[in-house]
Amino acid sequence: MTKKKYLFQEKLIEVVLVLFASISILTTIGIVFSLLFETMIFFSEVSIFEFFTSIRWAPVFDPPSFGVLPLITGTLLIAILSSLVSLPLGLGTAIFLSEFASSKVRKVIKPIIELLAGIPSIVYGFFALTFITPLLRSFLPNTDIFNALSASIAVGIMTLPMVASLSEDAMMSVPNSIRQGAYALGSTKLEVAIHVIVPAAFSGIASSFVLAISRAIGETMIVAIAAGQTPSMSLNPLGSIQTMTGFMVNMALGDIQQGSIEFKTVFAVGSVLFVITLIMNLFAKYVIAKNREVY
Amino acid sequence: MSNFKRKLKRRHLINNLFMVLLVFVISISFLVLGTLLLEIFLRGYKTLTWDFITSMPSGRASRAGILPALIGSFGVIALTALISIPIGVGTAIYLTEYADKKSKFVKLLQLNISNLAGVPAIVYGILGLAVFSQLVGLGPSLIVGAFTLSLLILPVIIVSAIEAIKAVPNSIREGSYALGVTRWKTITGVILPMATPGIMTGSILALSRAMGEAAPLIMVGAVGFVTFLPNSLLDRYSALPLIVFNWTSRPQAAFAEIAASGILVMLILLIITNLTAIIIRNKTQIRVD
Amino acid sequence: MTVKVKVENLNFYYGDFQALKNINIEIHENKITALIGPSGCGKSTFIKTIDRMYDLIEDTRADGHILFDEMDILKSDVDVVELRKRIGMVFQKPNPFPKSISENVLYAVKRHGDVNKVAFNEIVENSLRKASLWDEVKSKLHQSAFSLSGGQQQRLCIARTLATKPEVILMDEPTSALDPIATSKIEELLQELKKEYTVIIVTHSMQQAARISDYTGFFLNGELIEFGNTKDIFTNPKDKRTEDYITGRYG
Repeated sequence: MTKKKYLFQEKLIEVVLVLFASISILTTIGIVFSLLFETMIFFSEVSIFEFFTSIRWAPVFDPPSFGVLPLITGTLLIAILSSLVSLPLGLGTAIFLSEFASSKVRKVIKPIIELLAGIPSIVYGFFALTFITPLLRSFLPNTDIFNALSASIAVGIMTLPMVASLSEDAMMSVPNSIRQGAYALGSTKLEVAIHVIVPAAFSGIASSFVLAISRAIGETMIVAIAAGQTPSMSLNPLGSIQTMTGFMVNMALGDIQQGSIEFKTVFAVGSVLFVITLIMNLFAKYVIAKNREVY
Repeated sequence: MSNFKRKLKRRHLINNLFMVLLVFVISISFLVLGTLLLEIFLRGYKTLTWDFITSMPSGRASRAGILPALIGSFGVIALTALISIPIGVGTAIYLTEYADKKSKFVKLLQLNISNLAGVPAIVYGILGLAVFSQLVGLGPSLIVGAFTLSLLILPVIIVSAIEAIKAVPNSIREGSYALGVTRWKTITGVILPMATPGIMTGSILALSRAMGEAAPLIMVGAVGFVTFLPNSLLDRYSALPLIVFNWTSRPQAAFAEIAASGILVMLILLIITNLTAIIIRNKTQIRVD
Repeated sequence: MTVKVKVENLNFYYGDFQALKNINIEIHENKITALIGPSGCGKSTFIKTIDRMYDLIEDTRADGHILFDEMDILKSDVDVVELRKRIGMVFQKPNPFPKSISENVLYAVKRHGDVNKVAFNEIVENSLRKASLWDEVKSKLHQSAFSLSGGQQQRLCIARTLATKPEVILMDEPTSALDPIATSKIEELLQELKKEYTVIIVTHSMQQAARISDYTGFFLNGELIEFGNTKDIFTNPKDKRTEDYITGRYG
């Protein structure tokens, strides 16, 4: 009664499964290397100093200029403006769902909030351009057709459910004993929420904020449609800008040839985007891991 | 009235005001969602005709249709399902049923999967462009789009499959192993049958997300305006979000209307897939205690 | 009388915690051996070593010898799949698979693949008869196993084990989740089963051990305190601790 031939089959299956599992690691390696490879070639042709300090982005002009700062500024503007929408609304939604709503009300509201996350970003882009922008222009007549604010509002609405659901998870995981302790001392719901629950769930809430901003930075179609194609150092929310993702899509829409400078530019900008979002995602995880309360 | 009582009145007032504020916050979301759906419906329903669904795109909005984009979307998503579900479920089986949870490889794998979930969709497009399109040389073809979207949704499928497999009670596993059934036959015999509804729900939701993605497909060279139907995996193709993007980018109001019609088709498909997922989840939930 | 399983100097560890300390015991063929003791004493751990179910738990380790028909089952080259086919196990809570009654019985048979399809119906009937379940379920073999009561489910789990033709059946408190009537049915069944099989049963009920078993072992804090004829153990225990336990001085 020693091991037999079926063990070979079992082993073979395990090997196949390991190969499947390795695909996700290969994906990361593939992303890093494809970005790194073209980016290195890019920097052999364009000075890295110019890339990070010049304030003019005009890679397809003659003479070209490769200062990525305007794209970063545009991205930052979208990130900030959209977080003005997503963070307070998302946190408010989470507080309501976790501390104020009955479980019946929660059951109705939650799926509707999650619907907002399920709508494709192209739809938000369309909505921003055809609805939000005209609305803004009726209040603020000097708003450009393509502008950062309109796109930011749409990005903010799209990332709101992320803040809401991650923050709610964090608040729900605060043990009921703590909640009851606070109520037993004679606190109102608001006092319990603000003074006890939010501080206790702080790391989870903070990481939801970081993740939502990271998502906004990587968001593409909304900004490609509604924010414009004007690389600019301006922080005017009513003006046309361009983000890193917006630039990449814009380049890809043209017929870019492998090896051309446009092609490499896309990868260089992609690298910046990847590094920024990766750092933010790791930071969000770090915040959670570091401050995990053990109840 | 004591000082406490006076203060208490104020505290209740503030509490109630805050409650009103929160209800207002929630209603903003509802309002936006309602406005968005209404706006798109009102703009798009008139041009959403049978001709619209069965025609090729055209330079004239009144004659344009979405047939190649619809077929392209179905094709890309079907291929994506064929690629991503086996790999995702296989990875989940490995992580839950085979791997030594403490091994370095597993920890790396888990960290890697959770990081991949946060990588912007457009970066997957860059990967697809560099590896499948250029390095392998498959160009802007249907299969490249499917590979790219597969990698994009793989983390979601893996995570939902892990949850579904973990939900199978351990007593069932023990019961099978105690009968002298091998690991793989335990997996195919009881674990996967019980986890299938959960896996399907997660996969359908992931695929419906993939169906709405435009950015990665644009990066791998897919375009909206295609006037033929794909015949092979190496053909060029269009997809619904791409044709919508194409029309949205045009200045004429007529194109905005058909873009809205295209979005309506997309949203209807999304509602159908999501409902299917929910029905599967509710109908086939197996209770074991 | 034949010794079916002989345990020598068995130690078992969960990580750093030693759950079994130097166990020596002989299990006789076609007898019922009951293992009693307070919860956490190691009796369940002990039977999990006999079919190597502890392999499924990470960070566990056993040393010593468990000889099953002269073969040491703790050796790493032992085929646990075949071992578990020859040594069946019934669990505390009934754990039927979410399949029909007949599919539950045939589950392992089909996967072991050494029986012709033609024999399937016969196996289902024989196994269910041996588990005294046939008369109750013969008209609904294709219904879900979950439609059965708890006691019926447990007998189905026994039938499922019998279908693999085991030599030894391990039972880990098989009646603890059942009502008295279902319990007595399983106890009756055990008397039938011992004619063909060797049974080791872990039980939390001393009355049950006294009623059904031929031999009894008393575990305490990972040690086998006393082992012998059930009658002797309950009427004339040699160890003070055994006496304290059977007279109810432990929890």
